[in-house]
Amino acid sequence: MTEPLLEVRRLVKHFGAVVATAALDLAIMPGELHAVIGPNGAGKTTLIGQLAGEVRPDAGHIYFAGRNITALSVPRRAALGLARSFQSTSIFPGFSTLENVALAIQAHAGHSFRFWRPARSLTHIRHAAVEVLKNVGLAERVVVPAARLSHGEQRQLEIAMALATTPKLLLLDEPTAGMGLEESAQMVALLYSLRGQYTILLVEHDMDMVFALADRITVLVDGRAIATGTSEAIRANAEVRRAYLGEDDSEVGRAQR
Amino acid sequence: MQVDLRRIVVCLTLVALAGIPLGGEVFYTRLFTRIMLYAIVACSLDLILGYGGMVSFGHAAFVGVGAYTVAILGYHGVTSGLIAWPASVVMAALLALVIGGISLRTSGVYFIMITLAFAQMLYYLAVSLKTYGGDDGVRIVRNTFAGVLDLRQPTTLYYIAWLGLCLVLWLGRRLVHSRFGVVLRGIKENERRMQALGYATFAYKLVGFVIAGVVAGLAGALLANQTAYVSPALMHWTRSGEIMVMVLLGGMGSGFGPVLGTITLLLAEEILSSYTEHWMLFLGPMLLVVVLRARRGLYGLVPAAEVQP
Repeated sequence: MTEPLLEVRRLVKHFGAVVATAALDLAIMPGELHAVIGPNGAGKTTLIGQLAGEVRPDAGHIYFAGRNITALSVPRRAALGLARSFQSTSIFPGFSTLENVALAIQAHAGHSFRFWRPARSLTHIRHAAVEVLKNVGLAERVVVPAARLSHGEQRQLEIAMALATTPKLLLLDEPTAGMGLEESAQMVALLYSLRGQYTILLVEHDMDMVFALADRITVLVDGRAIATGTSEAIRANAEVRRAYLGEDDSEVGRAQR
Repeated sequence: MQVDLRRIVVCLTLVALAGIPLGGEVFYTRLFTRIMLYAIVACSLDLILGYGGMVSFGHAAFVGVGAYTVAILGYHGVTSGLIAWPASVVMAALLALVIGGISLRTSGVYFIMITLAFAQMLYYLAVSLKTYGGDDGVRIVRNTFAGVLDLRQPTTLYYIAWLGLCLVLWLGRRLVHSRFGVVLRGIKENERRMQALGYATFAYKLVGFVIAGVVAGLAGALLANQTAYVSPALMHWTRSGEIMVMVLLGGMGSGFGPVLGTITLLLAEEILSSYTEHWMLFLGPMLLVVVLRARRGLYGLVPAAEVQP
């Protein structure tokens, strides 16, 4: 049996009296696209924060590529191959699209205590950045300042920066947040093209998207994983349907039609 | 072929500065030595403030430590600049390591307050050093350079300052465009994203902070030689504020802006104070106008040449 790439064991996080993560177990297998869904307040954002290293868990462990990373800082985890995108777009607005991606590549091309050569003269980094931008469909927007990209394009850039670090695992936090229908469809197409190439943990609100893309789905309610399985299994799961009743019963139902 | 107006402004300013001692007026030679040395300090602050986004409100501390190192060594008979100036650099670097190592763990208003607090601590430390003049400061013997350079000649010190300024501008330009510089600017834009990309941002900020401190410390050593006198006033928080005004006035993160800012501020101070002792009353509104009307400072008014992104 293959080892999980990312394994979460008995993870606990409280904020005062609020339980955000309650003894959560989760295993992401190499190569799969694993979606985490759940109603608002289920602890999705806190989970991403703990996986990325921004939020310290109260108890439990996180293993990544066979290594306990529970105590590692954000940059250390990133250096090990854990890349993320942010729910609210997080880019370098004053840099060009190309420079944004180049900065991501530079982060994984040795240390940057290099004070002499102009960064823009490093053609291998710039070429690699252009290649990544081609892959996400931003080839035409290379020289544009990132601040002037449309919202959808900024979301694509966000993904491009994560890809540029040649990650082992992609943590995608609601990549279609705030997008229109057309932009959303583009993003789904992009994620579809990444499927199989990368191991992806996708946190998403959009049920249609999750059921269309995910190999496996984990349903999070009140910080616990109430079910994990394929799309079919999750659709059929009685507990999942109950959890969404009252919260937003139309979502699972709509996805089924 | 496009004319690069900014390059012209930089060249004209530096050439004009180089010509000032030729006029033979010692008063102007001394005044502009001081202006150029503060311009160096302002450029060093701009590296962390304008490029790194670190609002350090205690930059005068490094100037003071550089100057006091020269003064204290001189007081004990060590007048060779070959020893005193490197010593100033080392002391400023150590101080920046300590101040940066602690204050860079905070951000925002806390960072401003902690850097300010450190600078004020040093100010009061200098006041308490009765051996070295305490509040009144102490006269010093100018550094010697094995008979090669005579710093008692105002022109000699002037051209050292001029060369130093040119060097700081050139090296600073290389630095901000290097991979390190790009990282520093990235941290200013979005530190959280930098960490998620894998940059240990604290280390980069600390190195930037130490570089800025070292440059300011060296300028402090030269300032001590220029006035042949040091006092705690060098480190007072109002001095840190003035240095910050020089950067803002000229234009943050613009490379050459702080030089224009320093020239403008110190000349305005010089001219206005000859008419009235309430010169701040007139300088204040002038600053307001510039900061409100030209948000990118005086240098920002000069159109930049198109660059390939």
